[in-house]
Amino acid sequence: MEASTTAAGTRAVPTLGAARRRWGEDLIKAILILAAMISVLTTTGIVVALLRETIDFFGEVGVWDFLSGGKWTPLFEPPSFGVRPLVVGTFLITGIALLVAAPLGLGAAIFLSEYARTRVRKAIKPALELLAGVPTIVFGYFALTFFTPNILQDLLHLKVNIFNALAAGVIMGFMIIPTIASVAEDAMSAVPASLREGAYGLGASKLHVSMRVVFPAALSGIVAAIVLGVSRAVGETMIVLVASGQVASNSLNPADPHYSLASFIGSTAGGDTPTGSIEYKTIFAVGMLLFVITLIMNLISIRFVRKYRQVYE
Amino acid sequence: MSAADRTIPPPSPTRRAKDLAFRLALLGCLGISVLLLGVLLYDVIKDGAGHLDMHFLTSFTSISADKAGAQAAIWGTIWLMGICGVFIVPVGVATAIYLEEYADDARWYNRLIEVNIQNLAAVPSVVYGILGLAFLVRGPLALGNTVLAGGLTLGLLVLPVVIISGREAIRAVPPSIREGSRALGATQWQTIWRQVLPASIPGIATGVILALSRAIGETAPLIVVGAATVIAFNPDGLDSQFTALPIQIFDWISRASNDVNNYKPLAAAAILLLMIMLLAMNSVAIWLRNRYEQKW
Repeated sequence: MEASTTAAGTRAVPTLGAARRRWGEDLIKAILILAAMISVLTTTGIVVALLRETIDFFGEVGVWDFLSGGKWTPLFEPPSFGVRPLVVGTFLITGIALLVAAPLGLGAAIFLSEYARTRVRKAIKPALELLAGVPTIVFGYFALTFFTPNILQDLLHLKVNIFNALAAGVIMGFMIIPTIASVAEDAMSAVPASLREGAYGLGASKLHVSMRVVFPAALSGIVAAIVLGVSRAVGETMIVLVASGQVASNSLNPADPHYSLASFIGSTAGGDTPTGSIEYKTIFAVGMLLFVITLIMNLISIRFVRKYRQVYE
Repeated sequence: MSAADRTIPPPSPTRRAKDLAFRLALLGCLGISVLLLGVLLYDVIKDGAGHLDMHFLTSFTSISADKAGAQAAIWGTIWLMGICGVFIVPVGVATAIYLEEYADDARWYNRLIEVNIQNLAAVPSVVYGILGLAFLVRGPLALGNTVLAGGLTLGLLVLPVVIISGREAIRAVPPSIREGSRALGATQWQTIWRQVLPASIPGIATGVILALSRAIGETAPLIVVGAATVIAFNPDGLDSQFTALPIQIFDWISRASNDVNNYKPLAAAAILLLMIMLLAMNSVAIWLRNRYEQKW
């Protein structure tokens, strides 16, 4: 715009010349890009590591035998590589965890988003954050040494094994409550106030507004919260390893000990497993299955979160 | 029609009762969670507080439970946190700066990095252990079962936490600060180094502490990369074998207790120590957030 007036013959306006190329700035940018590449390399590394050994594994064990077989004895003679017991254990414990965490986590989220005053919320949130920060080995210890003997056996008189899926599942449920509560609360807080005001204007009670207006409006975020919670439960290692024993079982009875995908990896992979042994490859094949399951859940969860953001922001 | 007919009737008693019941049920949901946390802390303190003394802090683990302590585990954890911190601070902050200050969102590779970090944050920790085992312990780097391999594995695991909170802190610095600096002739990097970073340090530091407090309790990846369970020496270098508090806790839980040896109080004492460290780190993070939080 200025250029046209100068071109028309008026006195040239002093302009800022083009900045000289600064090699230092370029170098810094290159270093920053390299740092950002580390996270991409991490993902690539995970996929490559898992794929390489998994392909090797399937050279020795049929894919179908692995996925559909019902007997998991990879370290015995003769070995059997049916992964179903690990999947059954994983989802049995995850299911129990969800039965605990979905109602409690969503209830907490509704309370924090719709009922709690700012002061109350400020007091409760750190407690939930603390619960989220408890190391999972501590939950495992609590499930094994307190919850199973004192609550399940003595207080409720249940006939459960000292290692059982029920204790692992219930305590794991408490582990994922903060995840579900915080993501669901974000979704509910994102529901515009006008929706609530409209409902109140029509004479709705707080209960109605929470359950029939806010809850459905935030549904995609709530689904995302639950999927994220499930994905954390599926990948949890230490609670299952400590509290649920190490028995590959197809039983659906939560009073029995169970293995899960993650706890099998944790118990089998010490640092001394020889590279190239079938034991070593088995760890990677199970890891691959676990990685694929959690990846699918995370992608679903991210999609649902995007959906509610698009609607209200 | 009289005026009285047009007023809204007060809510019926059943409706009020329902509302109250719902409110109480919601409060109960939170109450149960907080109650469980309370019982857990009480249980750990009851079992472990008596054992948490100087002897416990300064002795090595032992085949006899009443002589055992956690010195090697404590020093192992300190080493791991040091290595993890030295790794995640520069890499995490640099990535956050790149994504916030340089990256053009329209480019597919920048979006890839972002989606990638989101996904990495949700990969199960035991899978990071597998990564560490395949590439750090064995494979190209071949570091062996060393404290360096353990610390780097934990670093990769919590890197997304640092990046995500670092980005939030950097984004919170208003653009006018950058524009002012650039208008005075500062280059982009001078602007970032002298204006943006100093203003976002509290947020970044909070993120780093939260990342470390997640790393300090991680057990599964360390088991997979081969942390030792019975070790009677402290790490003396990056290539040293190591154990860590969570590993030591796991070992003590796994040991069958009998009349002679009761490992449960030892596990409880180590858990108590771990929880105290965690609480201290979280308090510092909260304090930092409140003390230096800048309102623009």
